[in-house]
Amino acid sequence: MQDRMIARAKELLADGTVNRVMGWQKGEFTYDITPAVFHTAEELDRDFVCNDFAAANVSKYLVKESRKEGRILAFLKPCDSYSFAQLMKEHRVLRENVYIIGIPSWGKTDFEKIKARGLSGIKNIKDNGADYFVETVYGDEVTVPKYEVMLDRCKDCKSKKIVVYDELLEEPNGDVIENHRFDEVARLEAMTPDERFAFWRNELSRCIRCNACRNVCPACTCEKCVFDNRDSGVENKAAADSFEENMFHIIRAFHVAGRCTDCGECSRVCPQHIPLHLLNRKFIKDMNELYGDYQAGADPDTRPPMTDFRFDDCEPSVVYERGGAK
Amino acid sequence: MTYYKLPVSGLDALFARVAEQQTLYIPTDKDGHAVFAAYEAGMTLSKKLNTDRSAKDFFFPQTENLYDIKMKGKQLTVEDTREECADFTVFGVKGCDARSFAILDKVFLADPVDTYYKNRREHGTIVSLACNRPEETCFCRAFGIDAGDPEGDATAWRIGDEMYFAARTEKGEAFLAFVKDLLTETDGTMVESLKKAVAYIMDQLPLGNTSFEGMKQTDLMTHFQNEKWAGLSESCLGCGTCTFVCPTCQCYDIREFDTGKGVKKFRCWDSCMYSDFTLMAHGNSRNSQLERFRQRFMHKLVYFPNNNGGEFGCVGCGRCLAKCPIQTNIVKVEKALEVRSDD
Ligand code: SF4
Ligand code: SF4
Ligand code: SF4
Ligand code: SF4
Ligand code: SF4
Repeated sequence: MQDRMIARAKELLADGTVNRVMGWQKGEFTYDITPAVFHTAEELDRDFVCNDFAAANVSKYLVKESRKEGRILAFLKPCDSYSFAQLMKEHRVLRENVYIIGIPSWGKTDFEKIKARGLSGIKNIKDNGADYFVETVYGDEVTVPKYEVMLDRCKDCKSKKIVVYDELLEEPNGDVIENHRFDEVARLEAMTPDERFAFWRNELSRCIRCNACRNVCPACTCEKCVFDNRDSGVENKAAADSFEENMFHIIRAFHVAGRCTDCGECSRVCPQHIPLHLLNRKFIKDMNELYGDYQAGADPDTRPPMTDFRFDDCEPSVVYERGGAK
Repeated sequence: MTYYKLPVSGLDALFARVAEQQTLYIPTDKDGHAVFAAYEAGMTLSKKLNTDRSAKDFFFPQTENLYDIKMKGKQLTVEDTREECADFTVFGVKGCDARSFAILDKVFLADPVDTYYKNRREHGTIVSLACNRPEETCFCRAFGIDAGDPEGDATAWRIGDEMYFAARTEKGEAFLAFVKDLLTETDGTMVESLKKAVAYIMDQLPLGNTSFEGMKQTDLMTHFQNEKWAGLSESCLGCGTCTFVCPTCQCYDIREFDTGKGVKKFRCWDSCMYSDFTLMAHGNSRNSQLERFRQRFMHKLVYFPNNNGGEFGCVGCGRCLAKCPIQTNIVKVEKALEVRSDD
């Protein structure tokens, strides 16, 4: 797939359709891949890589990139395309300045899961299609089935469909698929309020307020985040206490409600392994239940439930009906 | 050096003894990740190579209250809220983190001395722990750190079913004296062989022989103006993860929290990756991510060594390699910037 991507990118550069390419760049090891912009065929040949470790969603970069001179080629996997469509809906990207090639994704790899098998000092990871062959300096030579080390978000993948594109690398387009992404949310809903509070306090107490979750999030594209604004009165670099720890995450979850496409980047990047996606998924599940099924980013036009009014919208008292405290 | 040993099974007794007298922190597994925690009976030492967070929190915590100002009518009183004067011991600090304290000392103990930091340093005893299985992200050797023989007040080695100990400072002597009846004196043969084994592993690791000396072949302005910064910083999210997980990052901000009846003056870590870093009355001297990104690496690889006899502001712990959401890091930057003989 990578070879076809490079070949097509070179053609589009050569015929002037685009003047640069958004993709992923090789690193020191097999797995440390960085999103990057390529300008020439030589750069593409030398550094462009797209393997199962290329997990980063590149759509957010296109907010800025689409405002630069010329058109940029972007390879979007299904979840990235949802993020992009959502950014179109919010008028955050200039669609005409991006040439999109949709690429299929079977599921990306979580290298921490490979390491969690006790494999450290990794010398080499060979990609054998359905599995990896890992060699370490400690003499391990282990075959690891890819499915077992897939990112959690990919195990819960909602859709293989690319929702916005100029061309597809592979026909036919994928479909929205059956998934179990709300199971964990349902498990949390079944807890007592005290248990749930304890669960979240335990998780959020690890937060170091590095802001990786916010900065990677394609729904977080404010010019100035309220938490970066000295005049807001809530600006904080480090959470002073547990209340502030909670507040940052809860406000962020509210602010992306109806706009979060469930791309899973927040949980993927959190250095403290906080399952942030569960907060956002709770909102998604609630919206589905209260306003009818809605998937943010499924298309660039449909009105999101949070900014739409319909006579059959649920009443605010729904909180009590669903067992909330008065 | 005099070496002592203790069966690994005897560690609980040793920990319990120390914890009776002062707070003892050890790396332990919580939710699958290694964290430093105050020792309680039943807690076990993590087998993970290193903690997710660095050990700098012990001396330079993420947030700390400096003083309170209380207001009663028109009367203002300033209250000292210091809490950092109790003795404590940290066991299990790895070679990289153990060195980071020496780097932080150069900043916080230089004139004007940071007394909050100094108090903690004076009251803290560091018992480092040698690494048995360095990882591919480790490059401590680039900074002259021997992972098999880490610095600290005292050092521990885990070899098979035995723990070995040796003291390096007075504080370390005091630590060992306090638990002496649990230990047996021995020689350094086993420790020497572990050091050799670790050195051999380092040679095999992809970054084991990384060197940063190439950075020194060019002057400050040439590095500063290098056109590669644009490409290197292009996809940086400005999140600050790299600075917050870093054992040697030392920047902080001093803020006020309005309690309604006064002010709590506190400090918290800051990051040069943030948009309001160096925001001053006149404006900001670094307005783009390129400038902010450049600051992080120039500080560690150029400014800090320029001001500190050539010592780099990095200890090669590899946390920024493992944690950066876009997988960019100090090794990649160094490789892009250094002048190689074949250039
Ligand atoms: S990425 Fe994780 S640690 Fe960082 S601010 Fe978000 S939740 Fe906190
Ligand atoms: S960088 Fe060196 S000292 Fe630190 S954990 Fe790795 S091997 Fe040990
Ligand atoms: S962790 Fe990576 S993306 Fe975040 S600020 Fe540091 S270099 Fe940039
Ligand atoms: S710059 Fe990276 S490798 Fe160096 S000390 Fe900081 S976190 Fe560790
Ligand atoms: S300037 Fe940046 S790199 Fe240097 S210590 Fe401060 S936060 Fe860390």
